[in-house]
Amino acid sequence: MVMTDLESKAWSTLSEVEDPEIPVISVVDLGIVRTVEEKDGKLHVAITPTYSGCPATQVIEDSVVEALRKSGLEPFDVKTVLSPCWSTHMISEFGKQKLKDYGIAPPADDSTDKMALMGEERQIICPNCGSNNTLMVSQFGSTPCKAHFKCKDCLEPFDYFKCL
Amino acid sequence: MSDNTHRLNVALHLGDNALILGHRISEWCGHGPVLEQDIAMTNIALDLIGQAKMYLDYAAELEGKGNDHDHLAYKRDVLDFKNLLIAEIPNGDFADTIARQFCFDQWHFLLLQELSNSDDPRLKEIAQKSLKEVTYHKRWSSEWVVRLGDGTEESKEKIQRAIDDIWYYTGEAFIPAEYEKGILPENLNDAWMQSVKAVLEEATLEMPTDEWMQDGGKTGVHTEHLGFILAEMQFLPRAYPDATW
Repeated sequence: MVMTDLESKAWSTLSEVEDPEIPVISVVDLGIVRTVEEKDGKLHVAITPTYSGCPATQVIEDSVVEALRKSGLEPFDVKTVLSPCWSTHMISEFGKQKLKDYGIAPPADDSTDKMALMGEERQIICPNCGSNNTLMVSQFGSTPCKAHFKCKDCLEPFDYFKCL
Repeated sequence: MSDNTHRLNVALHLGDNALILGHRISEWCGHGPVLEQDIAMTNIALDLIGQAKMYLDYAAELEGKGNDHDHLAYKRDVLDFKNLLIAEIPNGDFADTIARQFCFDQWHFLLLQELSNSDDPRLKEIAQKSLKEVTYHKRWSSEWVVRLGDGTEESKEKIQRAIDDIWYYTGEAFIPAEYEKGILPENLNDAWMQSVKAVLEEATLEMPTDEWMQDGGKTGVHTEHLGFILAEMQFLPRAYPDATW
């Protein structure tokens, strides 16, 4: 399907909207913006929550609305959709690199749903020194989407964006 | 009762489980035994309250009175709540909280797995979303049961007592209320028993043998504890209706 000018403008506007908790990655790279569709002269934007209780969800919706308005893209509506549910697979490669540069280890590729269930540990690479000699301190970290790790080589604690 | 009323009650039941247990665990915020576990419990509380919001939004739509999730959370009284009794039992000590969470998570996980294939598209999408989060909860509480059970003499004694104490609240989940028939999965009891048994064995703990189970929560007959939770949780929106930040 070919993108309309309006849709394309909306995508580029939204790619400037940052996640409030991780202000280096856009809501587009995080995979929060699900669809942008122009229908009968109106934009319909669908966003999806990462974790169901994530307090940033409301802030993100407000930021999306504000950005679209500032870019003169009215009339539009923004709705929240749950299905298909958000997964860390939806984070773009560019987004993963941004996370790493920011000091957050990006999610490992495979499904961690299964790993979380079976209690298997994956080697997570330290975003500071690149060592794989790391240790999970807690499956739960500073925000719902992160686990708490430490590096046994450079001794720095770090966040890991855990798979969902 | 019509199918719509049944569905509404199911959405309230699931929403209330998440809301009340989420509120309970949130009481640990700032009181956890160590910082990491304080954060873990706060995160679990947050997930559950997020899930409650999705179910209660659905309930509000089914109810069709123009209410929203906040109205259902803050403006209903004890008899209207349909959560399992296990969700409202006080935190006790850390072992009590772990035992309660473990028994609940083991059931919650099985329920959401089945509900992820529900004919009801809303319940299906909420379950698919929640299952990912609850997978982490289940792992956390199961690991703690093992750690405490296979830990020191004192920790073992505490978690065994806690499991024994919570046991008679664990059967209610498997006694179907009239409204849930045909909507929620049945026959999860055996899978739950197996899964719980495997963890308790690893934890070198005894599986309780009591068979008598307390029920009532699903139909609004609660323990004395729920009223106190609601008094705290609902005070602000009742005293200052429509208050906003």
